[in-house]
Amino acid sequence: MVKDKMDSEFSLIKPKTLNEVRAMIRKHKRNDFIFSSIGLLTIIFALLTLLILFVDLVMDGYPKLNYEFFTDFPSRRAAHAGILSAWVGSSLIMLVTFITAVPMGVAAGVYLEEYAPKNWFTDIIEINVTNLSGVPSIIYGLLALGLFVYTFHLGQTIVTAGLTLGLLMLPIVIVSTREAIRSIPIAIREAAYAVGATKWQVVLHHVIQYSFGGILTGIIIGMARALGETAPIITVGALTFIAFLPPAPISSSAPFISFEWLQSGFTVLPIQMFSWLSRPEHAFHINAAAAGVVIILLTLLMNSTAIWLRYRIRKNIKW
Amino acid sequence: MSENKLNIKAEAKNLNFFYANGTKALKNVSLPVYENKITALIGPSGCGKSTFLRCFNRMHDLYPGNRYEGQILLHPDNTNVLGKGVDPIEVRMRISMVFQKPNPFPKSIYENVAYGLRIRGERSKSAVDDKVEEALKGASLWNEVKSRLQDLAFNLSGGQQQRLCIARALATDPEIMLFDEPTSALDPIATVNIEELMSGLKNKLSILVVTHNMQQAARISDYTAYMYLGEMIEFDATDKIFTNPSRKETEDYITGKFG
Repeated sequence: MVKDKMDSEFSLIKPKTLNEVRAMIRKHKRNDFIFSSIGLLTIIFALLTLLILFVDLVMDGYPKLNYEFFTDFPSRRAAHAGILSAWVGSSLIMLVTFITAVPMGVAAGVYLEEYAPKNWFTDIIEINVTNLSGVPSIIYGLLALGLFVYTFHLGQTIVTAGLTLGLLMLPIVIVSTREAIRSIPIAIREAAYAVGATKWQVVLHHVIQYSFGGILTGIIIGMARALGETAPIITVGALTFIAFLPPAPISSSAPFISFEWLQSGFTVLPIQMFSWLSRPEHAFHINAAAAGVVIILLTLLMNSTAIWLRYRIRKNIKW
Repeated sequence: MSENKLNIKAEAKNLNFFYANGTKALKNVSLPVYENKITALIGPSGCGKSTFLRCFNRMHDLYPGNRYEGQILLHPDNTNVLGKGVDPIEVRMRISMVFQKPNPFPKSIYENVAYGLRIRGERSKSAVDDKVEEALKGASLWNEVKSRLQDLAFNLSGGQQQRLCIARALATDPEIMLFDEPTSALDPIATVNIEELMSGLKNKLSILVVTHNMQQAARISDYTAYMYLGEMIEFDATDKIFTNPSRKETEDYITGKFG
């Protein structure tokens, strides 16, 4: 660092003294400090905004967050109004969404990543799938209205809403499946092929098993997004006031399982919340806040489950 | 070594190999693999020795656009491993492989070894148990893992993982085992273990090993092939290659003047 004079005469860069070096390091470290402070501030700002919003909702809705709120139908009197039909509707729709979007999304992701030849056609599919996950949800609603309601005559029913949200969730599942699969090292695949496995065996015994954590995370995050969606559900014709439950899927007499509920009208949590908000009476705004708390808690619960599952499953896999 | 009882287990004949981007990685390579012998492939990095090795179990088929020309005949049935009508899966059932870096599955030690048997449709638990034990013993790993067969393979050390991969490749009774620089990621003690293990294995099968370590080739192999720029420069008994090579290029490489 501190060279003798002879040497420095030949160099264009003047050697720094020890004090100069220290001053320089101090200056560089100042940038570290500045950046980390800005970063911390933005995180605090984002989290605080969320927290204030949530606390505000809880404080507004707290009086309504009791057992009856979950077991009452909506009512003209705010004090007796509950979210029974909304949460049942949301759950049944989520079930349809899950059953349709998950197998299709995972299969499509596995196919694109493992089987599809890499050419311009699959490139176009890839770009489009990624773009689809960014399409505004109202567009899905319009598509579903034309396709499921007017073309297939499925009606303004639970099955229509479930399929609509399934479409919305599909690209999320496909993209996360592909990303999870891509993180499996080539060496592991080669190991499986080298002992004589076929492509399907490699997919079934290795690829899906090792990417399960990532796929599951994508599914849950997709479901959480679908749960909060309002626009496409309104477009396909959700009701805002509904004082009956769909027919039960399971009954005590033969044939025990019924699919009539699929044909039922429905409402969902965010729509129930919205319809209460649009009323003038303050008492209904309290109900809306309480419904909002339920939605946020459900979303948080699903997302934390996703994080926990990913951690649990990744723990055994190191690469 | 009784030279009069030499059988050829496999032989490459005028093999050319092209990668998808058009690179010709192997140029007219021919090589016999003798039964119950260790054949080492040596040469500087990028000379095509790993590419050549991976032709034997058709690993190149996993990536589109790669192309073979020529033959690799597998005896005694004279099957051309590279033949259009020959299923690469069938080839891999007969010729197993150990890779450069240990690549166990993120499964238990037991399941790693049993995997080859499972995809061959072996259902009997006791048969699989026996075979797993035999393979782990063959890979001199049994004593270290017999009390924890259900542990994850990742909990083993690097050298143990590589021996586990050898056990996995061994469990299916292959006719030939391919080793692609099996000790390059391991410490010296683990390397000695693997080398001793390979020397023991040749009683059961034929071995083709790629190594960038000339001393290793000299220590363990019976035959050595020197490759350079995709060509087979010289093939002979290991003693001959290392003491009295007939080609000048081989001598330069062996004596460290080059490479």
